[in-house]
Amino acid sequence: MEYFLQQVVNGLQLGFVYALIALGYTMVYGIIRLINFAHGDVFMIGAYLGYFGIAYFHLPFPIALAFAMFGCGLCGIIIERLAYRPLRRAPRIAALITAIGVSLFLEYFTSLKFIFGPDYLAYPRPFTVTTYQIGGVSFSTIQIIVFSVSILLLVLLTYTIQNTKIGMAMRAVSFDKETASLMGINVDYVISLTFGMGSALAAAGGVLYGIAYPQINPFMGIMPGLKAFVAAVLGGIGNIPGALVGAIIMGLVETMSSAFVSSTLRDAIAFSVLIIVLLFKPTGIMGKMGTEKV
Amino acid sequence: MKKILPILLFILAYLLIQSLILLRVLNPYWQQIIQFAGLMAISALGLNLIYGYTGQFSLGHAAFYGIGAYTSALVTKSYPHGGLPVFIASLIAAVIVVAIVAFLIGMPILRLKSDYLGIATLGFGIIIKVLFDNADAVIPSLGGSRGMVGIPKYTNLTITFILFFIAIIVIRNFVYSSMGRACISVREDEIAAESIGINTTKYKTIGFVLGSVFAGVAGVLYAHLYTFLHPSNIDFLKSIDVLLIVVLGGLGSISGTIIAALGWTFLLEGLRVILPAEILDWRFVIYPLLLIMVMIMRPRGLWGGVEFNFLRPKEYGRPATDK
Repeated sequence: MEYFLQQVVNGLQLGFVYALIALGYTMVYGIIRLINFAHGDVFMIGAYLGYFGIAYFHLPFPIALAFAMFGCGLCGIIIERLAYRPLRRAPRIAALITAIGVSLFLEYFTSLKFIFGPDYLAYPRPFTVTTYQIGGVSFSTIQIIVFSVSILLLVLLTYTIQNTKIGMAMRAVSFDKETASLMGINVDYVISLTFGMGSALAAAGGVLYGIAYPQINPFMGIMPGLKAFVAAVLGGIGNIPGALVGAIIMGLVETMSSAFVSSTLRDAIAFSVLIIVLLFKPTGIMGKMGTEKV
Repeated sequence: MKKILPILLFILAYLLIQSLILLRVLNPYWQQIIQFAGLMAISALGLNLIYGYTGQFSLGHAAFYGIGAYTSALVTKSYPHGGLPVFIASLIAAVIVVAIVAFLIGMPILRLKSDYLGIATLGFGIIIKVLFDNADAVIPSLGGSRGMVGIPKYTNLTITFILFFIAIIVIRNFVYSSMGRACISVREDEIAAESIGINTTKYKTIGFVLGSVFAGVAGVLYAHLYTFLHPSNIDFLKSIDVLLIVVLGGLGSISGTIIAALGWTFLLEGLRVILPAEILDWRFVIYPLLLIMVMIMRPRGLWGGVEFNFLRPKEYGRPATDK
């Protein structure tokens, strides 16, 4: 039982990191219906920016996190401006292929020797790791940081979307772009901001991933990106609480299958859950079933 | 005459390559690349049938490619000195297995729509890859994550050319048959197609199974070309490669797919030759930049909605472009 609870804690840790990435996927999808394949690589850049912040500039952890989030947010806005905005009116698949192109570009460009280099780097931990025991289940400082930072960011995001003017604009644009622009909302600005916010969240995910699983390289974003995306789909893509639910399910399923079944079959089990859920709920757990109009 | 000309051209291209080999202009490395380009084109034609013509977004194409490759390799490896008959038998076995798997997986998941279908097929692709990673626990000769070695080399230029030719003929005749028209109607508007009495599930499944079989055939050629298989050859990035080719060429264009498949292979290999050794790392930096530029300038693909004359019956107008 204690072993099981311990695995729940570990699964939640992974789940929260996935949630931070999945939110970016779901926000971008909600607003322009684009599967932003480059999001996993933005997550990677976030991890690297945090690495530089801690290892080279010796910033305290919260400042390094903010630095990574700001840098990545900027990066997301630039990517949107250069690669996706010209395709706003093109078929959706063109934007998807462009996203794949951006993803490949980020991976291979950053693995050039004068950028990040192709090697694995050990992630520094700017604090001492202590372990606390509560009823046989151990929590480490890392887990406490992962939980508190992600919950803080989730609360902030929910507040921004539900209670501020820009959040209202984002909801309006995702509901109906044309009408929103008729109501005086600057749609391009809102889309830029959505990319910025999503990328900043991914950066936070990257830094937390770095301190929790302390090894980074330019291709580290592929699998977490993919799984976060699957988590977003599982929860119902375009739906923010759904992304959180999907990510936590994904994290738990993965940890449980490594712990109780087999770590080599972990991915197969995680994706089987996805397919089974989609067969019963074709738009994800919390996704809305759209009515088909003729 | 109009019908014979393209066949003549095809034979001419074959003879040209063969004579270049005899004249030692093409070294074995480039011969391998040419065959690889051919099998990529076969695989891409399959995905074009699934996505370009039937409109079903599939990101799991490499799974069927892998199933075909492993099935046939298992057959030829079990009868090592069988020669061509064993190869043909393995090809047939691969086609049957791929068709059955595609049918069984297609029936339930083709109910999903657009992006959700894409993710479900992506998930299926990853499951298949993981299963091959662990396959040596059940059948040791599949090699699991160590890779499958000792596959006899049967693929050669002639076989690749013949299968490529058959693939083009099959897809062309399918697309312009009544079945193909039904598939296109499903892509254009599923509800409208259903309301005029087209069994959309049936045609989605037919398109999916036939397209997957193409991938399986490409996999058979791949296995017997490189004589080595590894689960990383069939991961989801390989499915993405095929998707890139199909979209670059233009959805629903046979000519576009063929040109894009050949162009894509030769571009990646060509960059390896053109770039000096010290900036060879830049190969995969230049390639995505080209990709992004092409997509921004030609969002419908290079040959979207355009078809060579000989791939199109006379009475047909321009093929419909994608949505």
